[in-house]
Amino acid sequence: MNALVGYGEYAVSLLTIGGIYAVMALGLNLQWGYGGLFNAGVSGFFAVGAYASAILTAPVTPGHFVGFGLPIIVGIVSAMLLSAVVGWFVGRICLRLQSDYLAMATIGIAEILRLVIDNEIWLTNGSRGIVAIPRPFEDLPGIWRDFAYLGLVAAVVAALYIALELLARSPWGRVMRAIRDNEAAAAAFGKDVASFRLQAFVLGSMAMGLSGALTAHAFKFIGPDATLPLITTFLVWVMLIAGGSANNRGAILGPILIWTLWSATELLTGTLPPEWQIRGSYLRVFLIGLLLQVVLQRFPRGLLPERPPRPPQAERVDAKEG
Amino acid sequence: MSAIIAVDRITKRYGGLTVLDACSFEVPRGSITGLIGPNGAGKTTLFNIIAGVTRADHGRILLDGADVAGKKPHELFQLGLARTFQIPKEWTRMTVLENLMVVPRQQAGEGVLAAWFERGRVRREEMAILRRAEATLEILGLSGHRAALAGTLSGGQKKLMELGRTMMVDAKVVLLDEPGAGVNRTLLGDLAQHIERLHRGHATSFCIIEHDMDLIARLCDPVIVMAEGRVLAEGKMAEIKADARVRAAYLGAASPGMAAA
Repeated sequence: MNALVGYGEYAVSLLTIGGIYAVMALGLNLQWGYGGLFNAGVSGFFAVGAYASAILTAPVTPGHFVGFGLPIIVGIVSAMLLSAVVGWFVGRICLRLQSDYLAMATIGIAEILRLVIDNEIWLTNGSRGIVAIPRPFEDLPGIWRDFAYLGLVAAVVAALYIALELLARSPWGRVMRAIRDNEAAAAAFGKDVASFRLQAFVLGSMAMGLSGALTAHAFKFIGPDATLPLITTFLVWVMLIAGGSANNRGAILGPILIWTLWSATELLTGTLPPEWQIRGSYLRVFLIGLLLQVVLQRFPRGLLPERPPRPPQAERVDAKEG
Repeated sequence: MSAIIAVDRITKRYGGLTVLDACSFEVPRGSITGLIGPNGAGKTTLFNIIAGVTRADHGRILLDGADVAGKKPHELFQLGLARTFQIPKEWTRMTVLENLMVVPRQQAGEGVLAAWFERGRVRREEMAILRRAEATLEILGLSGHRAALAGTLSGGQKKLMELGRTMMVDAKVVLLDEPGAGVNRTLLGDLAQHIERLHRGHATSFCIIEHDMDLIARLCDPVIVMAEGRVLAEGKMAEIKADARVRAAYLGAASPGMAAA
C-alpha cells in the first residue's frame, strides 16, 4: 500500500513538472514553431516569471526586501505581465536579427539575467534563493495537495492549448506561418512583419513567465540553479523538437515524454554507487542528446508533425459530396 | 493619361558598379507595360526599388502621383501595389489555398484579440476570403492542388499561384517579374489570357519583366527596353524590334534579328 502511494506521488509530481514544461514548450512553439523565432533564452523569461511571483508572494520578513505577502494569483498574473514587458523590450531590440543572431542575443540576455539573480542579493537573496513561497491548496491533506496542484497545472495547460490553437487556426496564425516560410513575400503582401513577430515573441514570453511562476509555487522555493540553461532552455528545445514544432499537441506530448525519460534516468543513476552517480548524471545529458538525434533521424519533423489547418468550409463540402 | 508609376532619375550603385543610372520612365495608367532588356540591365533591381525592398541612392518613385520615398513593402501593398517574384517566394509549408487566403488586406482575424473573442465575425470574413480564393484557383486551373503544400508545386504552378496571390486584392498596379519563366508553352498561353482578363476586369495596370518576346508582343504596350541601368528605347513592340540599338544591346553587336523575336 505504501509503495502504491509512493508510485502515485511520483506519477503526480512527474506529470506536474511535465505539465509546467509543456507551458514553456507551448510558449516556445508560438515563437519558433509558428513564428520561426529562434529564442535560445527561454530560461531568462522563465526566471523573470519565477522571481516576480516569488518576490511578490513570499511572506513579509522584517529587515528583508524580499517578500510582499501578496496573494498567489497576483503573483502569477504579475509574472506574466512582467515577462511580457521584458519580452517586448528584448523583442524590440533583437527581432530585427536573423535567426542565428537572435539565438545568440537571447542566450546572452538570459545569462545576464541569471547573473543578476545570482548577484543582486537584496532583491533575490542570491544563491540561497527565495524560500517559503506559498503554494496553493496547502490546507488539503497529504497527496490531495499534490493532486490539486496537478489539477491547476493541467487546467493551465488546457487553457493555454485552446488559446494557442485558436490563434494558430486564425488568420493571425496564418500570417505568422507565412512570415516564417518567407518573410519577403509576407511583407510584399502587406503584412507588418516586425509587428507580428513582436506579438508572437511577447505572447510566448508570457507563457514562459507563467511556467516560471508555476515552478516557484510548486517547489515553494526558487534559486538561481532553476534557471540554468541546460534544464530550462535546451531541455525545452529538445522537448519541442521531439514532440513536433508548429503542432501544439506535440508541444505537450514532447515535454511529458522527455521529462519522464529524464526523471527515469535519474532514478537509475540514483541506484549506482556514489562514485558513479556523478558520472551518471553527465551520461543523462548525453542520453538526451542521443535521443534527440534518433528522433531527428526517424521523425525529422517530430513525433506529431505540423499539419496545416483544414479550410473552414472543407467539412461542409465533404458532407455534400458524401 | 497620367502615370500610375513614374520612375524619376533612379540611380543605384553597389560599390563601384552602377546598376541603375538615372533611369526614368512611366507606366501609363491602365496599361500593360513591358520591361525588357538583357540580363544585368537592372530590371529586377528597379522592381525591388519600386516595391520598397531596396532603397535607391538618388531619384524618386511616384505611385499614383504620390512620392513613396522611404515606404516599406507592406505599406506600398496597402497603397495598391502588388507583385510577384522572379524566383517564386511561395509559403512552402502552407497549402495553396492558404497561400492565397493570407493576401487580403485588413483581415479582422489578424488581430490576436479578434482571433480569440470575435470568432463569428472572423469566420464570416474567412468565408468570403475562401470563396475568392477558390474562385481564383478555379480560374488558374489549380483547384486540384488547393490542399497541397505550396512547396510541392512545380515551378510553373508556383508562378501561376503567385499570379493568383495578386488576384486576391484589387491592386492599382501589379509588378510581374518574369511570370513566364519556367512555364511551359501551353500554360504560357493560359497565363497571357489570365493577365488579359485581369486587365479588362479590374482596371489594374501591369508592369511586366519578361524574356519571352511572344508574351511581351501579345500583352504589352508600351514596351520599355533597359540596358546597363538606363532606358534604351520605348514604344510599341514593332518599333522596338526595328531599333538597331536594341539589337546591339541584346546581342552585343549590330546583328540581324533579335534573339527571341
